[in-house]
Amino acid sequence: MGWLAENWDLLLRAAWQHVVLVALSLAVALALALAAGIAVRNRPALSALVSAVSGVLYTIPSLALFAILVPIVGLGAVTAVIGLTIYAFLILTRNVGVGFREVPETVIDAARGMGMGPRRILWTIELPLALPVIVSGLRIASSTTISAATIAAYINAGGLGTIILTGIAQSFIVKIALGALVAALLAISTDLGLARLESRLRLRLAGA
Amino acid sequence: MIGAAVALVVARPGEFLEALLTHVELSAAALAIAIALAVPAGIWLSRRAGATLLAVNGANVAKTVPSLAVLALMLPILGTGFLPAMVALILLALPPILINTITAIVRVDDEVVGAARAMGMTRRQTVRRIELPLAVPVVFAGIRTAAVEVVASATLASFIGGGGLGDFITAGIALSDMPELLVGALPVALLTVATELGFATLQRGLTPRGLRAGA
Repeated sequence: MGWLAENWDLLLRAAWQHVVLVALSLAVALALALAAGIAVRNRPALSALVSAVSGVLYTIPSLALFAILVPIVGLGAVTAVIGLTIYAFLILTRNVGVGFREVPETVIDAARGMGMGPRRILWTIELPLALPVIVSGLRIASSTTISAATIAAYINAGGLGTIILTGIAQSFIVKIALGALVAALLAISTDLGLARLESRLRLRLAGA
Repeated sequence: MIGAAVALVVARPGEFLEALLTHVELSAAALAIAIALAVPAGIWLSRRAGATLLAVNGANVAKTVPSLAVLALMLPILGTGFLPAMVALILLALPPILINTITAIVRVDDEVVGAARAMGMTRRQTVRRIELPLAVPVVFAGIRTAAVEVVASATLASFIGGGGLGDFITAGIALSDMPELLVGALPVALLTVATELGFATLQRGLTPRGLRAGA
């Protein structure tokens, strides 16, 4: 633990870089997935196809995805954010699709019958009803990107992976374990926070 | 650039095939061992109410450890090579199989079992014709998740000298050799996609006709 006492600022900086990489990717991916989901929401067949294709592409290993991007965008944090955004997008687009598909047709019909326009139905009916499913997608996306972001260090993007990779190079277990621990804590705390948000949203819908 | 990558494979087919074979062997061995450990463990744990919750929560926490870290942690303990990489991949495959095995058994509806008994099925018939067919697809869904995870993470085995297709990616990045990079990256991507599609087909085959989506 002597290493930690002397290098805590290094670990903290890596953790901060990690958070920035993940948060940026999640934000961009969420915006894209919502836009795509809203665009295809009235075409159930297309929306189901998008979900199925995303599910398959999502299996591509992160190291392979980063490697495919390197010849196109080069090494560095930008490549990492693009790769992580693709991952998060593939997960989120599935949940956004499911969320919109699960909004009962009768509810939308009722809103239409009350004279609501499509835009108002989207904002006041469809989006609030789809939100819990979207947040549950955000939970999967955040834990996946937090894990994949450790590999981003290999393409010079920084983050907690740098601690783990230098640990490998020096065969130094303390660094590897600390990098892993902080990444796991980050994933667990994010998941707990989002789980709370999700259950609060579900409760509000059930009570309304 | 893809042309250059193909040319590289054609020029050194032995090296490519060996890496591919190592990748598949590493993944298959790890998955087989993980199934052999996690399915019986899951069955055993599902019969104990207190242990069930603890095991599922523990497995969920274990899943948050990044796969790179799990592989890296093997290095100081077991050194480099095929075996440490395989042990790491086994550890990564355990949580999804364990969680799904427990869920599969706990979730088989008591009412369905009761109905089967009421229809005059013996205990043995109930297990064979009701409980197993209902549980198998759920267990297999966990195996499918684990299989994809293992094939994908086997790419990282290269970091601890475990071989596999990741070797081309690490060499390509170290030497800034883009075609070499793609010799690793593209086949690995195809391999995981093929694993997902193959296991999805198997899973559909194992699901009783009445339970299939769209049936």
